Formats: sequence, C-alpha cells, structure tokens
Amino acid sequence: MPAPLDRRRFLGLSALAALGLAGCGSNNGRSSGSSGGSGASGAASAGTSGSSGGGSIAQWYHQYGEAGTQQAVQRYAAAYDKAKVSVQWIPGDYDKKSAAALLTSGGPDVFEYGNGPSIDMIKAGQVVDLTDQIAAAKDDFTPALIDRVTYDGKVWAIPQVTDMQLLVYRKSLLQKAGIQPPQTLDELIAAAKALTTKKTKGLFLSNAGGADVLGGPILWSSGADYLDGDDAPAFTTPEVYTGFSKLHSLFTSGSLLLGAPADWSDPSAITQGLTAMQWTGLWTVPTLQKSLGDDFGVLPWPKNGDGGKPAVPVGAYGSCVSAKAKDVEAAKAYVKWLWVDKADFQEDFATSYGFHIPARKSLAEKAQKLSSGVAADAVKLVNDYGHAQTPLLWTPASGTAFNDAVTRMVKNGSSPQKELAAVKAKVAAEVARVKG
Amino acid sequence: MSQVWARVRGPQGQNLWFWVFVGPFLAGLMLFVLVPLGWSLWLSFFDAHNTVTPTRFVGLGNYRDMLTDPAFLDSLGTFSLFALFIVPTTFALSLGLAMLVEKALLGRGFFRSVFFLPTACSYVVAALVWKLSLFSGVRFGLVNTVLGWFGQDPVAWLSVTKPPWYWLVIVTLRLWLQAGFYMVLFLAGLSRIPRSVYEAAAVDGAGPGWQTFRWITFPLLRSTSVAVLVLLLINAYQSFDEFYNILSTTAGYPPYARPPLVYLYYVALGNGQDFGHGSAGAMILAVLIAVVTVGQARFLGLGRRSA
Repeated sequence: MPAPLDRRRFLGLSALAALGLAGCGSNNGRSSGSSGGSGASGAASAGTSGSSGGGSIAQWYHQYGEAGTQQAVQRYAAAYDKAKVSVQWIPGDYDKKSAAALLTSGGPDVFEYGNGPSIDMIKAGQVVDLTDQIAAAKDDFTPALIDRVTYDGKVWAIPQVTDMQLLVYRKSLLQKAGIQPPQTLDELIAAAKALTTKKTKGLFLSNAGGADVLGGPILWSSGADYLDGDDAPAFTTPEVYTGFSKLHSLFTSGSLLLGAPADWSDPSAITQGLTAMQWTGLWTVPTLQKSLGDDFGVLPWPKNGDGGKPAVPVGAYGSCVSAKAKDVEAAKAYVKWLWVDKADFQEDFATSYGFHIPARKSLAEKAQKLSSGVAADAVKLVNDYGHAQTPLLWTPASGTAFNDAVTRMVKNGSSPQKELAAVKAKVAAEVARVKG
Repeated sequence: MSQVWARVRGPQGQNLWFWVFVGPFLAGLMLFVLVPLGWSLWLSFFDAHNTVTPTRFVGLGNYRDMLTDPAFLDSLGTFSLFALFIVPTTFALSLGLAMLVEKALLGRGFFRSVFFLPTACSYVVAALVWKLSLFSGVRFGLVNTVLGWFGQDPVAWLSVTKPPWYWLVIVTLRLWLQAGFYMVLFLAGLSRIPRSVYEAAAVDGAGPGWQTFRWITFPLLRSTSVAVLVLLLINAYQSFDEFYNILSTTAGYPPYARPPLVYLYYVALGNGQDFGHGSAGAMILAVLIAVVTVGQARFLGLGRRSA
C-alpha cells in the first residue's frame, strides 16, 4: 500500500512541479549563435513566448492545417540573421487571440491577420504603416489584395498567400446524370435537384445551407457588392433579392446536404460521396486529387441574372507589425526580408505544403504546380472573377448584421427587401463611424 | 511602539492571523473580480474600439445603443424564454431522479454515481458528441439511424429553423449534463427529512406515493428547491459553452438561439473588439440577472427558515 500523501510530501511535490514548470517556461529556444542553416532542428523549440527581450522578434501564425508548414516558418525564422525570431504557432481561434493580445504588451511583434488588419486596428494605431517596406515590389502583388490592405494611401500589411473559395463537382456523377457544369444559379439549382439520390445529395454549400459563406458570392454574382466606390452600401438591388430567394428555395428543396460531420472547408463530404458538388476552398485540392484523382472539376459561384458575373471570394493572410513591438524598426525590417525580399521562401510557403496561390504575380506565374489541370483553372478563376472577401470598411458589426440577415433570408425565408434595408442602415452608420 | 504593535496583532496575534488567512483571498478577489468589474463599468461609458484605455467619453451612449440593438434585445428575450423552459424541466427531472434513486432498494450508490457522472463531463466535449454523433444531420447520425428504422427521412437537426430542432439538441444536452448535479442536491435534502415525519404521516393515514410526496416530501424540501431554482436560473442566463460549440461556424454565430453572453463575446472579445458596447451589454445583463434572481428569491423566500 503506497504511503498516503501527507502535507509535507504534497508541498515537496508541488515545489518540484513548480520548478519543472519554470524550467519549461524559461527561454530555451534557439541559441543566438549562428547554426548555419541547421533547418528545423534548432527552431523546433522556438514556440516559447517571444517576450525574451534583447533584439528578439515574436512572430505569430495561426495553425495551418497542412503538415510541414510549421517547420517551414520556423526554418525561415531561423535563417534570419539580423535578429532572433521566435515563432508562435497558435491553435484555436487565432483572430480573437491575436486581437486580444494586441491590447497587451505581451502580444506579438509581427503577426498575420486574415485579409490584413481590421479598420479598427488601423484607426486605433495598433499596427504600423508598411508602405516603405512593400514599395520595391508593390506592383508585383495581386492588386485586389493590395487594395484590401490599403487605407489612407498607406499599406498596412504584406499579403502572404492568396486563398480562394470555389465550387467543386464530381465529373463522373454529372456525366451519368447527363448534366453540364452549371453556368447560372438556376442551372445550379436544377443540377442539385437532378443529382440528388437516396444516398447522395446534389450539393453541399455548408452546414448552414450556405448562409454563412455565400453572402458575398450572391452579391457579386448578382452584379452588386458590399460597398460601392464611395463606400456606400450597394447590396439592395432586385437581383440580390432574387438571389437570396433562390438560395432559400435551394435550402428547402431537399437537394442540399445539411448537417455533414465536417463543414464546407473540409473536402470530406464530397470525397466520401455524400454530395455530388460542394462549395469549398482551394486548399482542399491536394486531398481531392488524392481521393478522387481526375474525377473533379472547379467552378466559380455561377452568375445570377443577366447583369451578373460568376464570382469567387479571394482572401490573404497579411503580415502586420504591431505598434507595441519591442523594436518596431527591427520588426519592419524582418517583415520586408521575409515577405518582400525572400521570394524563394514565399514560393515554398505557398506551394510546398498546402495549396495556395503566391500573393505575387511573378511567383504565381512561375509555380509549376499551378500551371496545369484543376490548379490552372483555379488561378484563372481568381484572375477573372476574384473579389476580396469583404471590403476593409466592412466592420465586424456590419458583418454580424449582414450575416444575421442572410441566415434569416436563407433559412426562414424572410423578406430580402426588409432584411437588407435594416442591414443597409447599420452598415451606413458603421462606415460613418470609421470614416469620422 | 511595541504597544501599538501588540494592539495591531491583537490578543494571541488574532488580527495578524486574520489577515494571513483572509488577505490572499481578498487580494485575489480584488485583483480578479473587483478590478475587472470596475474597469468594465468604466469602459462602458467610453468609445473603446480595439483599446482598453479609451479616451473618448460617450456617457450613456453605449447603453442606449445596446438597449436599441435588436440582436441584443432578441438574445435577452430568447434567454428569458429559455430560462422559463429549462428551469422547470431540469427541476422536475432532477427531483424525479432523486426520488427514484432514494427509493432504490438495490444499487443506490451505483445509480447515484451513474446519474451524477455527466456533471463531470465538459460542456465542450458533450457539445461535440451531441453535434457530431448523436444529432449529426446525415443518415448515419445516431438519431437519424433510429428514425431510419421507422422509415423516416434524416433530419438536419442543427441546420433547419422550421421547426427549430436545434432546441431539442441543446435542451437534451443541458438536461443530461446538469440533471445529475441537482439530483445530488435533492438527495441531500431528502436525507435531511426525518423518518419520524413519514411515520407520523403514515399513522395519520397518508397513503404512500403522491399523497406523501405532496404533503410531506415536497414541502420539507423547500430550502433545497429554492436554492436549486436560483442556481438554475442564473445558469440559464449565463449559458455559453454548449451553444457556442454546437451552433457557431467559422463565419460566426446564427441569429437564433444566441445567448446574451455569446452575442457579447462576438461584440467585445471576438473580431469586434468593441469593449464599450460589450461592457455596457454585460452591465445590462448583470443587472437583469440580479433583478430576476432577487425577485425570485424574494418570491420563494430564499434563506427563510424551512418549516
């Protein structure tokens, strides 16, 4: 029988445990000595907090799903010889964690953020101007991405890679049903119906029936947009109303897959044969190729009505520098080195692990993986039909109001006129707030 | 000097020991409860987008905005309704379980543990089990498989809003998780009822079963019942975990079944980073919970000596 844990022993153990934890917490990351391209081995433990002081830069990434990405960014960081860079790989809700960390002095020096910093981050002075850092290569970046991170004529983030969402379909299933790949929203609805069988649904948009991801595509494919050139709401048109009504009819048609175990951003639904067509992202292409071979094609979100054009949402994580960085100049220099100067790293980051398009046109043209087949089709979709996911002035409050309305229109069949009029008022107030 | 010190120490160092024991907790309370509370109150009067040290005073503007924000009002309304529903159901279920377990002749300890165990389960884990395996919308989800045996089509439990099946998912989850805990509270209450009262009642001719329950057990459980009701109500307003984990997607949270805390989370702590409005909303919610709880406690007589 083991000795009971008395108070003395417990305290002793606690003290030991505390020592052990303290040991883990100390800065035992890479030594600052030159390790001469030792690769990932030295950087593997660089995940410790960046607050070690003394010329070090803390860089934050969200957790990329593709194997090898973490080792790659640690390798880039290790190769920088002007400062010690410690990489933090953040799982879970990255946007919220990084936004909250920016309020404190323990936040990152360099961090990535979806589509660049939010307008409120810029207005609150949380991020610094990177115009000079990107200047040398500005024209080489995809213009839509640069526009998205530009405010007041200044560039606030350097786009890392381009991501996009698109529609994928099983060629064999469409052939069997004698259907051409749909070119209009009406054709898509008809195809979804025709492809639905007892075991397979015709179309998977998302577990919310597309209400959470297709707001933007419905606007663009109907010839409208979130905001017009003067930053005024531009989504209250008759074509948009019919677009959302059609999405509602699709939701109630019985041909949509709903409640799938993995949501739209994962290719499982289509690879497991639960659906014949699926809305998903470019990042799923390697998995799709592995499990479906050549039996799939890609499409943009089809046009709705005569004035519309097909559309795909395009986004990019942008690298930002925190205004609270311990050494802002050093952090800016590092960002310039990594995302402007080191083109070989940028190409490796975009194409060696997952499946992304380099944010720079010269690299996208060079990339072997993107030159043929489905990948080439996808790159063409970005160039022809790409829209930045949401405009910079589209604040989270605007987003919530819009998404709430889309959900009610798609799921409950609420009147688009009424719902979007209320959103319009909210959006106009938000735009006035951030511009004021 | 030494006299002053002696007075400060108190007889046998009582004052000193008082602070040794109370001090750390008081410091913790100040640091982790009162300071954030005060800070939040202060923030609620400022325009605080992406900052917790704002400079632009807006008076009651944030409160006005929140009290006219249809989404926030809707969340308050929804959750008052949710409380009205979940409080009596959990109460009845846990009381029923306690009565059954109490009456069990064999394996009382076993059943008590089995019903209590879900309490030890994390809301997040349970939410994922409910969402991905029990109420998955595809034909091979557990509930849909059972429906399939009876020739029913699969139901997309969490996707459809007409009828609002998502409530079934959320309510069954909450019942499963919390009924066992309140059952234990009721069991403790039941064990405090003296045998002799039942014997006296039996002698007076009270039949076993409903009559005894109605006139002896239930009235004597009064103080336990009141405590359970108050706890249940506060829990209902503070619900967050299972809602967030069941219904949120990468794009956000749908506008239905959105608890006030989830809405405020998106406003203040999420991408919104709007601490002024978030704090104002939190204050409104805190006042609402306080008013309802105090009202309920008054009405039911919390702390009154049980007869």
